[in-house]
Amino acid sequence: MTHIGVTVDGLHRLGDVEPRLLLVHWLREDLGLVGTPIGCDTSNCGACTVLVDGRSVKSCSVLAVQVDGREVTTIQGLTKEDGEWHPVQKAFKECHGLQCGYCTPGMVMASVDLLSENPDPTEEEIRNGLEGNLCRCTGYHNIVKAVAAAAAEMKGASS
Amino acid sequence: MTETLMRTDGAAIGRADRRKEDARLLTGRTNWTDNIQLPGTLHMACLRSSMAHAKILGIDASAALALEGVVHVYTGKDFPELPGSTCVWPVTDDIKMSHYPAICVDEVKYAGDVVAVVLATDKYTAIDALDLIDVDYEHLEAVVDMEEALKPGSPLVHSDMGTNQCYVAKMPCGDYAAVSAKADRIVKRRFINQRLIPNPMEPRAVVAAPRGMSDELTIWTATQIPHVLRVLLALLTGIPENHIRVIAPDVGGGFGAKLQIYREEVLALVLAEKIGKPIKWTETRSEHMVATHHGRDQIQDIELAVTNDGQILGMKVDLMADMGAYLQIITPGTPLLGMFMYSGIYKMQALDFSCTGVYTTKTPTDAYRGAGRPESTYAIERIVDEAAAELGIEPMEFRKKNWIKHEEFPYTQIAGLTYDTGNYEAATTRALELFGYDELRAEQVARRASGDTVQLGIGISTFTEMCGLAPSRTLGALKYVAGGWEHCTIRALPTGKIELITGTSPHGQGHETAWSQIASDIIGIPVEDIEVVHGDTGRAPYGMDTYGSRSLAVGGQAIKLAGERLVEKARLIAAHQLEASPDDIEFAAGTYSVKGDPEKSTTLQAIAFEAFTAHNLPDGMEPTLSGESTVDPMDFSYPHGTHLAAMEVDTETGKVTLRKYVAVDDCGIQINPMIVEGQVHGGLAQGIAQAMYEGALYDNDGNLLTGSMGDYLLPSAADLPSFITDRTVTPSTTHPLGTKGIGEAGAIASTPAIINGVVDALRPMGVTDVFMPASPQNVWRAIQTAKNGGAA
Repeated sequence: MTHIGVTVDGLHRLGDVEPRLLLVHWLREDLGLVGTPIGCDTSNCGACTVLVDGRSVKSCSVLAVQVDGREVTTIQGLTKEDGEWHPVQKAFKECHGLQCGYCTPGMVMASVDLLSENPDPTEEEIRNGLEGNLCRCTGYHNIVKAVAAAAAEMKGASS
Repeated sequence: MTETLMRTDGAAIGRADRRKEDARLLTGRTNWTDNIQLPGTLHMACLRSSMAHAKILGIDASAALALEGVVHVYTGKDFPELPGSTCVWPVTDDIKMSHYPAICVDEVKYAGDVVAVVLATDKYTAIDALDLIDVDYEHLEAVVDMEEALKPGSPLVHSDMGTNQCYVAKMPCGDYAAVSAKADRIVKRRFINQRLIPNPMEPRAVVAAPRGMSDELTIWTATQIPHVLRVLLALLTGIPENHIRVIAPDVGGGFGAKLQIYREEVLALVLAEKIGKPIKWTETRSEHMVATHHGRDQIQDIELAVTNDGQILGMKVDLMADMGAYLQIITPGTPLLGMFMYSGIYKMQALDFSCTGVYTTKTPTDAYRGAGRPESTYAIERIVDEAAAELGIEPMEFRKKNWIKHEEFPYTQIAGLTYDTGNYEAATTRALELFGYDELRAEQVARRASGDTVQLGIGISTFTEMCGLAPSRTLGALKYVAGGWEHCTIRALPTGKIELITGTSPHGQGHETAWSQIASDIIGIPVEDIEVVHGDTGRAPYGMDTYGSRSLAVGGQAIKLAGERLVEKARLIAAHQLEASPDDIEFAAGTYSVKGDPEKSTTLQAIAFEAFTAHNLPDGMEPTLSGESTVDPMDFSYPHGTHLAAMEVDTETGKVTLRKYVAVDDCGIQINPMIVEGQVHGGLAQGIAQAMYEGALYDNDGNLLTGSMGDYLLPSAADLPSFITDRTVTPSTTHPLGTKGIGEAGAIASTPAIINGVVDALRPMGVTDVFMPASPQNVWRAIQTAKNGGAA
């Protein structure tokens, strides 16, 4: 067992974990943060995407021990303390960018990262930027619209 | 009947309400089955056969049992009689039905079949233990190819049957021999509708809790069919139905893959009962690829009998359908769900249908988005294009010559179905306009003339489908074991809040939002005061669940009737309290008032409290306020539409690019157009994926080559364009709400549109077909075959 200390969604969490334990299993099974789902076992689908130090990471392809001392944000930590949603969350609802919702946590976290890198993406940049996140319900049409809408909203707020 | 729908005071039906479901889905508060962690849970893992076909000579689990944390290892000998699944649709009298064991006893029949089950105190240990189980197999020959499987001397999947032929179903309509004798030309093609793996984003998962309250076992499962599952679990396990509660919590997509009873559900329930501890199993994605049923997989030999002036006289359909190794819930019936739809939107005098079901040593097939209708639509829309090309008639003109004209509805087509309404002209006109059809045709001519290496093709699909499976009597006549009804109860609670209990079981469709909108218009209560309860046999005891685009088409009728019954009961109470005759009570927007005296009024919510206290009800009236209905649909519904695809094909590399896609659908009245459009988008992506990207591949030994998401190509955002969509509205006349169904339309319509476009681009090179998926490899081969003088 290895001792780790990680800031998860703003709280400092401690754990004694097997070295082989995946981050996503630590979040789900040990911390009970089940908002981050698992969609595959080959790092293809991106459903488990979280932010590590602000950058999107597939939490099924990272070991829990690798995030020792770092900061992890899941979909459950994206909403502000006063309950206000992140602009990406709002845009997904407004644009109907989700149906079953299983890919949604990962899709939202990947979009947050995408917009932090490129605040004004073209449609093509959004599509390429989300290539690592699979959705089976929406055909991506409204996801792309949602990310563009969130970009516009965030740009308006910051200017 | 319709006055409530014609309201102008902000009617909810037709409004693009943002979804109620989204709040939990967007903040990580969703209730997936895999989120459930009960104290004392034992984790189940399944050891799956690495061979497609083999005898089990022996299993040594001693090393696994010695691993710390492993509690039990079970093999088939522990449950020799227990079935893992069952088939409720024996489609012919002499069908050969398979027995699908929960755990294989002495033989495995596909790679992925279960040979042993481990229970351990944690998930990692359970999976570790699988590696420590030693199975001694004796190799048997795999049965991979359907045509080979039917030849004498083929190895047998089920040796006791003496054949791999599961059934032959025939449906002759009209006299095909006679009409084909009159034809100028018989256009023949063999189409391959390849095997697909459904891949909802949420893998399957099951949690079974031992008997607790009401001496009831509770099983949470990622299913589309909690109600049907409860019946089947009782029948298969012998545990009385009234001791089983099935809950489908939030379910992350299904597409037919979760319209099933699976061995992991049976085993979890039986083991929870046997051991008295909660049992949990969650599928890995690679497990999904072999352990969850597949879809499609047909060889279609199609003939179209036509005249030189472009008249379709008749059609012959000869199918081979791959059942896989065992029959599951509706395996043999799935290809037959398309049986009535091979004529599509066209008039013809004969349809000669036959389907041969074939066992192979592969994962069982069953329903996948569209289930039978994508296959039939592919056949008719492809062969119509081929016939037009052979006759030298523009493909849209050929369709117009043969389709049912809007003034001809209701129209009884050749297979005996009566299409109630439709307007193919209107949908086509709109689609052509949005697409810029004439301009693209002009560009195609120019590119052909210039010898551009990238050629342009235009793909057409003017489709219809049948939704709302189905009137119960029709299902009975087809030998299907269950009915086609749906249930709804609407309860007005004492505080004026509404509980709408539905028998449909959503897994992404947005029923909580759309059902609230329907009820809101009927009972005049705002959508935010209506809570939709679903997916739990403990709270919603009656239902037939969600599949076949039936939830609105059938369930919507039940909501309407339940709401009207509630309104009528409350009207009697209102009349009593307002001291007027019920005939003099008007109801609008949740308020009852006396005709001509609007000051005298009360609200439905106030009446709900009166019905609760029961202090002042009409004589003889029972307390409480609710409306309940179970509706058997009058008929199927028939959505239709015109889809157009502009395909660019690189004739040197075979690379295919989807440049533009237009979908104009007619699903009748839309309850929530935003949700409708989302359903269209998702369906398009899946249908396009069949045409361009996906396909399950097996080697000659029956090993699945596309066994992970790394090998099975689900399209990403970068692989698809934005779509251009619109709707025409031709209300259904057999559905009281005028609605039809939209969940499968996109997946049904788009596949032939894409392939018609690819073939259209390459037709000057002699190409007449391209195998799906239209990968660079398959397209390049089709070009080379045509160059070498062969048919593609």
